[in-house]
Amino acid sequence: MSKKTYMEAIREGIYEEMKKDSRLFMIGEDVGPYGGEMGLSKGLWEAFGDERVRDFPIAESLILGAGLGASLVGARAIAEIPFCDFMGMCMDQLYNQAAKMHYMFGGQAKIPLLIRTPIGGYQGGAEQHSQCLEAWFAHIPGLKVVMPSNAYDAKGLLMTSLKDNNPVMFIEHKKLYQIADEVPDNYYEVPFGKANVIQEGSDVTVIATSYMVYLCKKALTGLEEEGINAELIDPRTLVPFDEECLLESIKKTGRLVIVQEAWRRCSFASEIASVAAEKGFRFLKEPVKIVAAQNVPIPFSPVLENFVLPSPEKIRKAVLDVMRR
Amino acid sequence: MNISPEKVFEMYKTMLRIRRFEENVSKLYAKGKIPGFVHLYIGEEAVATGVCACLDPTDYITSTHRGHGHLIAKGGDLKKMMAELYGKRTGYCGGKGGSMHIADLSMGILGANGIVSGGIPISVGAAYGLKILKKDNVVVSFFGDGASNEGNFHESMNAAAAFKLPLVFVCENNQFGVSTRIDRITNNSDLAKRAEGYGMKGIRVDGTDVLKVYEATEDAVERARKESLPAFIVADTFRHHGHFEGENVTYWDKNELEAWKEKDPIVRLRKNLTIPFGISEEIIKMAENDIEAEISSAISFAEDSEYPEAEDALTGLYWER
Repeated sequence: MSKKTYMEAIREGIYEEMKKDSRLFMIGEDVGPYGGEMGLSKGLWEAFGDERVRDFPIAESLILGAGLGASLVGARAIAEIPFCDFMGMCMDQLYNQAAKMHYMFGGQAKIPLLIRTPIGGYQGGAEQHSQCLEAWFAHIPGLKVVMPSNAYDAKGLLMTSLKDNNPVMFIEHKKLYQIADEVPDNYYEVPFGKANVIQEGSDVTVIATSYMVYLCKKALTGLEEEGINAELIDPRTLVPFDEECLLESIKKTGRLVIVQEAWRRCSFASEIASVAAEKGFRFLKEPVKIVAAQNVPIPFSPVLENFVLPSPEKIRKAVLDVMRR
Repeated sequence: MNISPEKVFEMYKTMLRIRRFEENVSKLYAKGKIPGFVHLYIGEEAVATGVCACLDPTDYITSTHRGHGHLIAKGGDLKKMMAELYGKRTGYCGGKGGSMHIADLSMGILGANGIVSGGIPISVGAAYGLKILKKDNVVVSFFGDGASNEGNFHESMNAAAAFKLPLVFVCENNQFGVSTRIDRITNNSDLAKRAEGYGMKGIRVDGTDVLKVYEATEDAVERARKESLPAFIVADTFRHHGHFEGENVTYWDKNELEAWKEKDPIVRLRKNLTIPFGISEEIIKMAENDIEAEISSAISFAEDSEYPEAEDALTGLYWER
């Protein structure tokens, strides 16, 4: 166990698996000698050579398709898309090809394909470099969708992802890359579909994903002194989603606040709200609250961006609202 | 050309197998036995046949929405194919895929594909994966002239050349993307010329002459296998049916179709089987009868097979093993 950043934890996981399995390789834009656009693959090219850590052309559809094709012939691929915003360039290879092939071919296709891509705002990335598009991926049957919120989960979920024989969308967050946590040096897995109850509480359930977990921790600090015991849940994977954990929690608290950075409309927060409404209606004492980005493109100027995106203050206000404070 | 009479006869049989399969599919579709859409390969048989005759069973192909010919030429099972077209549980995909999604990974068939150009990046990945796995197999990517203006085509041609991949791109130029003639949507419809821009060998071949297709592909496949170099083959051809079965074809006139039918790849090769290739009429007839019987038994197999259970729709989303 030692202190590692979220980025170091992911890099370490990739390094260890590549060392063990010569079939595993990584492709993307600038992932080679440059070390990745975010710096995540630094040192991997030196360790494994040009064929296994390969700079591809800026051609996202090709990158996704190449990872898919290689996995169909028995290799194991990690494809990096440097900003989630660029996923639009390769959606066909993701949703019509990779996601459907196992089902559509009657179970023949084994697709050990890990797609890594970072999301997120709060850094003036503007409209085309700040988006959180996880709902697109969660909407499509056949993908698994993973969203680690801290370094420990990042490495453990990565290990589980690399063992999986299905396409996995591994969604990282740019604001989390430099945040450090205690991370085991050895091999461990964090299972899919198992939510993490970060903080137990009896008054209100707050469920949040990715960087929002970090903001929620800030938002909830000090509430206990005000007599509010909030439970904080991180689902860790959207597909599969741990419904049981959510329902158990609202059974106990009767109140639900859902926090996501993505736009509110047709989002994963809406999906969580629908699960609560369909299966947990009788537990709820108050209407569900959603804290999410407003339904406009993520603007550039910090004044505008902060207005659109969730903040600890907005989260805190939502919690106080459902507590009728 | 150094090609054995046995190989020539094999190719004749493959082309005929495709033709008879497709003619029967056309009839069965008209009768309502086959649901959905089907896109037939009649007229284009020489391309898949000549190309796949150069491949080993352990080599790979990616295919298209007009894929029946590629699958048969690569060794696909007629019974499982026909059952899949019927939507039966004994089909290649258990009825989940249908005509546009038949795959046989055990035969290196990485799938037909309902998205124009969808298979091309996948073929690049297959070739890249073979390098990672240190295997000396090759990959053939089949697609039509319609796909040649998709970004996927250009992204893939560029990368295959840059990375020196054992990949042969085969464009079946049947002159039309659905209804649109190739020269209406590109300024240089001699598509093989594009290869040079990517630093790759480009070859244009008469796609109605199976021996010419074989010859061009043999050379390309050998370079791919031995030197790990890609190539781009453009085969000029024509489909004798519409884009899909049941289509009212308005975009070519009868004379054009008749002119291409004069060059029918099967009729032409049939004339040459006895002289110069020395195959007796009796042996040819016997093979032709065998093919009829094979197709009939594939149809009976499909007819006699059960449909899947409705609830099967909810199984098999992920690889669980």
